[in-house]
Amino acid sequence: MNGAGVAIPTTMGRKRRIAPGWWFVAPALVLIIVFFVGPVIAAVGLSFTDFDLYALADPRAARWVGFRNYSRVLHEPLFWQALRNTLYFAVVGGPLTVAASLGAALLVNARALRWKSAARAVFFAPFVTTLVAVAIVWRYLYHPRYGLLNWMLGHVGVHSIDWLGDPRWAMPAIILMATWKNFGYNMLICIAGLQNIPRELHEAAALDGATPFQRFRHVTIPMLAPTLFFVVIVTMIGYLQLFTEPYVMTQGGPLRATTSLVLYMYEEGFRWWRLGVAAAIAFLLFAVIVAFTLVQRRLSPRGAE
Amino acid sequence: MSGTAAPRSRRPSIALHAAVLVFGALSLVPLLWMLSASFMTTGEASSFPPAVIPHRPTLIHYRDLFGRLALGRYALNSALIAVVTTISSLAINSAAGYAFAKLRFKGRDRTFRAMAAGLAIPVQVAMLPLFLLVKGLGLVNNYGGVIIPGLASIFGIFLVRQYALAIPDDLLDAARMDGAGELRVFRSIVLPTIQPVLATLALWTFLATWNDFMWPLIILSDDRKYTLPVALAGLVGEHAQDVELMMAGAVITVLPVLVLFLFLQRYFVEGVTEGSVK
Repeated sequence: MNGAGVAIPTTMGRKRRIAPGWWFVAPALVLIIVFFVGPVIAAVGLSFTDFDLYALADPRAARWVGFRNYSRVLHEPLFWQALRNTLYFAVVGGPLTVAASLGAALLVNARALRWKSAARAVFFAPFVTTLVAVAIVWRYLYHPRYGLLNWMLGHVGVHSIDWLGDPRWAMPAIILMATWKNFGYNMLICIAGLQNIPRELHEAAALDGATPFQRFRHVTIPMLAPTLFFVVIVTMIGYLQLFTEPYVMTQGGPLRATTSLVLYMYEEGFRWWRLGVAAAIAFLLFAVIVAFTLVQRRLSPRGAE
Repeated sequence: MSGTAAPRSRRPSIALHAAVLVFGALSLVPLLWMLSASFMTTGEASSFPPAVIPHRPTLIHYRDLFGRLALGRYALNSALIAVVTTISSLAINSAAGYAFAKLRFKGRDRTFRAMAAGLAIPVQVAMLPLFLLVKGLGLVNNYGGVIIPGLASIFGIFLVRQYALAIPDDLLDAARMDGAGELRVFRSIVLPTIQPVLATLALWTFLATWNDFMWPLIILSDDRKYTLPVALAGLVGEHAQDVELMMAGAVITVLPVLVLFLFLQRYFVEGVTEGSVK
């Protein structure tokens, strides 16, 4: 591929010299090893100790406890609830977000649309906003009495849902907010995907008398399927790391209905300082993410070809 | 739906524009309401039917936030952290990305593959030992503890590498023939060539740092050092009833990134499409 080596007369005869490439990657590599790889490996060990508040003062107080953290967490009803909540958020929220993305992408990509870039910018704007800030905004939009949402729903005969105060509605409310916040990102990917579909396919289908909906169903969707599938999985994996929305909007309530795995981990680790237990939760989260990744590898339409 | 050459009647076009308008309204309403409520007098936003436009617009909440609640300090903290992070991570990741694309050294591709595999590991796994490490380094409650751990970004290196692969080797070799050292080649040839991707990376880094919440929340314990999102999350605990005040706080937090986005849209868009479609 490259002749970069030609001009760098390497070491022959001279003493050992470090290739310049290493100097260029060294800062990044050192940082990644010290602040990511190292901690990940240490996390394995940490999850097998009873590291707690006392150990925080004196690390020698931590003892090896084998799998006790894992068995303790797995026997904790709150863990299972957090897992259910997290899966609920990811499995419902992921596809919903991508559906909104696809809808927006189809609109922006429509040839008859004027002000394309303005529309695209408006749809993308929520994505760049600060999550904490807009989560607070949505807290008020969801207010049962004064909130804009219930007021609008009132016009179509739906009456005062206590969005964030009712355990049945709190997670749907968070999903809706996350969909609003994130659809713009995948929309851009979908637009790129749509533009990669050869125009001749649509023209041929149209010549055969296919309606716009039939063309969408039989041309757009199959052509876009690999992209959509990939995007759904990536979005779901991101959603498995739900934290800020419940932290700001519900503190994990009501009745723990919005406590996610990461929020649970945060509480164990950084509120109660049970770092060993929290590390075990982190690895259980990792296991869930790995499972999603494997499903993606196995089922990917691209891989099946 | 998407493009045909068929002549179209006016009706689908009207439906299309109506749909875009509805979708656009849904995207903007929360932000517009935030802005509008921030100018309302205290208590006005808690009324039924909801107030949409401030009756007598006031700046009192902004004055309150910058005066009594010292939000200006948090904005400065946020800006400082975001700017320092952006500049340093740009230097670190562009050098690495370029080297992985264009310089030959033993173990390069193996190292790169191993690193890329790390993308699959969620950051939360590293977080707990990382906290202990940062604590051991004495960087808890210190901006260094917020900034340094995230400086090297595997994603950023990836992005730069993809872009740098397109630099013609002849260009680099010609400079070397003229006696330029590797650092010189990087500075005067590579960096100008990959400028677009650097702009994208800078924007995304700034945005991610400005918006970041969980890590600063963990590291910063002294409230004078809070970033805007951390301060805002704390504020909502005490002032949840002051809707208008909270909305002004949200505006201050969101406005810088929205303005940045408005002016530099192109780079955001390129970042997404380059990062995903390989």
